[in-house]
Amino acid sequence: MAAPHQHLLSIADLDVDDLDQLLRLTDAFAEVSRRQIPKVPALRGKNVVWLFYEDSTRTRLSFEQAAKRLSADTMTFSVSSSSVKKGESLRDTVLTIEAMGVDAIVVRHGSAGVPWQVARWLDDRVSVVNAGDGWHEHPTQALLDCYTIREHRGQVAGLRIGIVGDIKHSRVARSDVLAFTALGAEVTLVAPPTLLPPNLDGWPVRVSHDLDSVLGDLDVVYLLRMQRERMTEHLVPSLREYTTRYGLTQRRVGALRDDAIVMHPGPMNRGVEISAEVADLPRSVIIDQVRNGVAVRMAVLYLLLGSGVDRVLGAAPLDADALLAAPLPEPAVEPEIEGAMQ
Amino acid sequence: MDADDVRRAIWRMGHEIVERNHGLDGVVLVGLQTGGVALAHAFADALHEIDGASPPVGTLDVALYRDDIGIRPVLPEAVTEIPVDLDGAIVVLVDDVLFTGRTIRAALDALNAFGRVRAVQLAVMVDRGHRELPIRPDFVGKNLPTRRDEMVNVSPSGVDLGELVKDGR
Repeated sequence: MAAPHQHLLSIADLDVDDLDQLLRLTDAFAEVSRRQIPKVPALRGKNVVWLFYEDSTRTRLSFEQAAKRLSADTMTFSVSSSSVKKGESLRDTVLTIEAMGVDAIVVRHGSAGVPWQVARWLDDRVSVVNAGDGWHEHPTQALLDCYTIREHRGQVAGLRIGIVGDIKHSRVARSDVLAFTALGAEVTLVAPPTLLPPNLDGWPVRVSHDLDSVLGDLDVVYLLRMQRERMTEHLVPSLREYTTRYGLTQRRVGALRDDAIVMHPGPMNRGVEISAEVADLPRSVIIDQVRNGVAVRMAVLYLLLGSGVDRVLGAAPLDADALLAAPLPEPAVEPEIEGAMQ
Repeated sequence: MDADDVRRAIWRMGHEIVERNHGLDGVVLVGLQTGGVALAHAFADALHEIDGASPPVGTLDVALYRDDIGIRPVLPEAVTEIPVDLDGAIVVLVDDVLFTGRTIRAALDALNAFGRVRAVQLAVMVDRGHRELPIRPDFVGKNLPTRRDEMVNVSPSGVDLGELVKDGR
């Protein structure tokens, strides 16, 4: 059994069983999302705060939708209109929010490691979820990516996954590499040398600088967003050259295996890392990723806040016997048993 | 109860369901995960023989509607599947054992998410008493007086009463 998890900070904290359990649990929440009234009372009375020091639309909306479908209450701490502008430190902000009585804080910050620091300051009652810290990690994105791959390809194990683009500045790539390889996929990073981390020692991946040479072998092509700022930093000569060498164009799609899928964490730059037509092909599962993001985040919030599973993500699946074995309150008066029928 | 007793009880309760509803028009069987699912299918087979009609069968997992979330470990065990629109339907909830009534309370809540049903009826193989809520079954296989710390196991091969061994799982 894995160590207890109070927080979700890094994919590295999860073992294969944790990941499997989370993906299986996500099925239940995907089903809830398909209902006529897609809302369950599981987290009624729980309070979740979004503490976003960096812009985010889709991740925040996705978390918000997940929390609401579980009936949790949510509050947003918006940095631009808050006392942070007046010079309040991160620690004071966090302790202030905690004092109001919250159950979870979902943090996004431009600096790596901030969610860990926040978790240290808080008492044991409050869970911290990392919604992206610097170039470091974005664990819920990796979980929804694994779920989407599992949905389309049955399982992650044994697949060949190429992550293409700006690996160096990508927290998505770091979390994805951890999750994909933990689940048994073979990962190849495809990027120009300037967009790879300076040191890849210990990364369980292969590296290629030539997309065309690996394309035909891949089961999953995972494209990363090519940020325009990278040009002013002289990491790529021009977006056009990047597209020519690393963009998934209509021509390159022809080299893909029939069952290969195309993924992207969004927001897409159509015409840069992915051509407009390719983004709309049936094999592009980018919209499924967004849809699954809500279900995965429901599973994460439920496990951390509601399941009562001793804050253990890695517990064995429960059976009815285990539920019955848990102590029940004794009633004051023993109820009468009705006489047998007939 | 042995396997034959269980089969006879299903047969009798099937007749009661048909009698109560003057046939099977609008009747939907919903088995509660996990103990009620096999039973719901057994009812569907029996009802087909009795009445000729085959009511739709759904499954419902109430884990996310329980009132003991956070007190006892609760994880959704199996996926809910309701094959038809429940607006105006007569839902027969099927479970193996009726105990405190809290599962049924949660199931009544959960059904709301699938539409406005005309009526809900409850069929259980074993009513073991110890209710904590004002809930009663409409169709009962057997009333079985139990102690709180006993365990009732219902399967197609019969109903067993066992001591709960806390450490021996």
